[in-house]
Amino acid sequence: MEKDFPIFQVMDQNGNIVSEEYKDLVTEERVKKFYSEMVRIRTLDRKSISLQRQGRIGTYAPFEGQEASQVGTALALDSEDWMFPTYRDHGAATVFGHSLRNILLFWNGRNEGCVPPDGKKIFPPAIPIATQIPHAAGAAFAEKQKGTRNAAICYFGDGATSEGDFHEGLNFASVFKSPVVYFCQNNQYAISVPISKQMNSATIAQKSLAYDIPGVRVDGNDVFAVFAETEKALERARNGEGPTLIEAMTWRYGSHTTADDATKYRDQGESALKRMETDPLLRLERWLKNEGLYDEAWVKEVEEQAAAEIDAAVQEMEKFPKADPAVIFDYVFEKPTWTIEKQKREYLELIGGEA
Amino acid sequence: METALQTKTLTLVQAITDGLDTMLGESKEVILLGEDIGKNGGVFRATDGLQEKYGEDRVIDTPLSEAGFVGAAIGMAVNGFRPVVEIQFLGFIYPAYEQIMTHASRLRMRTMGHYTVPMVIRAPYGAGVRAPEIHCDSTESLFTHMPGMKVVCPSNAYDAKGLMIAAIEDPDPVLFLEPMRSYRSSRGEVPEGKYTVEIGKGKKLTEGEDVTVISWGAMVPVAMKAAEEMKQKGVNCEVLDLRTLYPIDKDLVIESVQKTGRTVIVHEAHATGGTGSDLISLINDEAFLYQKAPAERVTGYDTPVPYFGFEDHYLPTPKRVAAAIEKVMKF
Repeated sequence: MEKDFPIFQVMDQNGNIVSEEYKDLVTEERVKKFYSEMVRIRTLDRKSISLQRQGRIGTYAPFEGQEASQVGTALALDSEDWMFPTYRDHGAATVFGHSLRNILLFWNGRNEGCVPPDGKKIFPPAIPIATQIPHAAGAAFAEKQKGTRNAAICYFGDGATSEGDFHEGLNFASVFKSPVVYFCQNNQYAISVPISKQMNSATIAQKSLAYDIPGVRVDGNDVFAVFAETEKALERARNGEGPTLIEAMTWRYGSHTTADDATKYRDQGESALKRMETDPLLRLERWLKNEGLYDEAWVKEVEEQAAAEIDAAVQEMEKFPKADPAVIFDYVFEKPTWTIEKQKREYLELIGGEA
Repeated sequence: METALQTKTLTLVQAITDGLDTMLGESKEVILLGEDIGKNGGVFRATDGLQEKYGEDRVIDTPLSEAGFVGAAIGMAVNGFRPVVEIQFLGFIYPAYEQIMTHASRLRMRTMGHYTVPMVIRAPYGAGVRAPEIHCDSTESLFTHMPGMKVVCPSNAYDAKGLMIAAIEDPDPVLFLEPMRSYRSSRGEVPEGKYTVEIGKGKKLTEGEDVTVISWGAMVPVAMKAAEEMKQKGVNCEVLDLRTLYPIDKDLVIESVQKTGRTVIVHEAHATGGTGSDLISLINDEAFLYQKAPAERVTGYDTPVPYFGFEDHYLPTPKRVAAAIEKVMKF
């Protein structure tokens, strides 16, 4: 089965173009755009881990290693499309236009963090596994019913493909030809369970056969491969041809969350080796070097810009007004029920306005 | 102002069809989803003829996947539609419980109102129709316990249509419980066209000074029968049809209990953690010193709803209700 679903690459790990028909896609301008977006979200990721260690935000889910998958997909979207991220896809969300401040507020335990900027259709991150897969089928179906050309992208990990909602959502989207791209970041581990214990199938992409939809595997660390396949799948979606399942082969270098310790369940040497060989940023650096376009000053500038932008967002997050406890009561229903009104009144009286 | 509305005589299930028809006709945003609801018109014919009238895009036969189509309906609700989902039997809702608990009920709170889920989930429930196991569950308190969900349960045709329209117009998710046992057991006058029964408001069915008897759905006729029997013995019951299980009509309940000082609650759901427990807490909070006897509950037992060979032993009967009324009278 594996040979029926080969891993698509545009650029190999040494920064050489291996798919001639996509040669024109790889321009200096694009490499630099993709590179700087990946630097930006990697900086966000590393900063967030450090904020968590300092107790300035809560438990955090890192994605380092998966930047190409998140940047490549998010840059392929049109601004009117929908995004259904998980708790590990805030890189994609910010590339698509979510505010860095709100992303940090989410990790700081604030409801404001789930609110996307005006006009951006970004769902709050799914915390349970695979439950967003039917949502994307439904929201995309609604776009189709309204007669738009808008599509949706839905992210999930390898573990999600074992859940019932994965199958129910894909089946629904397939039956009703929902314009949705199902994008699996196969980072090889569902917390501690390796893919070999997650499933007996050779690939995740082959699960598409059951729903008679296209299934493809891409090198998830090759931002151009991810971008090209996502664009193709979005085009199919917009043309009424229904959903696509993309399996992006990738790796998370860190732990599942800051509350988890990956050294307990996997050999860190393996991660270190992968970082040297397949890191999505190194790959673009190698291409730039191969082409004689690598400019250290430019890289430094990109890194400094990202750090400055993220520091500013951290400040915004920390200067954000203190949580108003009324918020927990005010948004359960459009109008609070009498039970909630009573509980709110009693609580606010008790604390006398002091949160 | 009095408006002379044309009425027709309908069963409870026909009134539901009429409510769905009214709303499908009124707004293109209303969309029905479920298993067998199209050509077949639903296993209880609640959607009979609606696909023929409104088309396959608006009355959608879905794959057999409760989590899948409830989840998809959440996506549709967020994106401008007002989906009404049919679960064939409440006992089949459990695969979708996660979708309802982790998304439908809390999306408004998570996003501070940026995304909302104006969805109705219809579910026939209850024992007494000789259905196979699991088909007869009455687990409404799983949903009254769930923050962000409203739960309604009509007992008659008029309320069924009015509550259905109110539920579809409600900006929040509503679980709409349909008492299977009452689907065709009686008929009532139902106005044509659009009207609503307010969610959160119960109804006083009889006036009485001695005991307040509270019930809903399929237990209303049982409570009424017991009240009639007790009347022969000189006990006057005030029978309340709760109609909405969350949020409960506090004023109706408290006013009545303050008058009678005695309460009997009748529900077919299991006793522990049932809505009866909430009603007793409410009465203790608001009318403790008015009580002349501890409130009595007549409920299904803390057992799975048994195979139908035993369901008559499980379900509250007028006899059990009458015994509870006598108990609170003699306390």
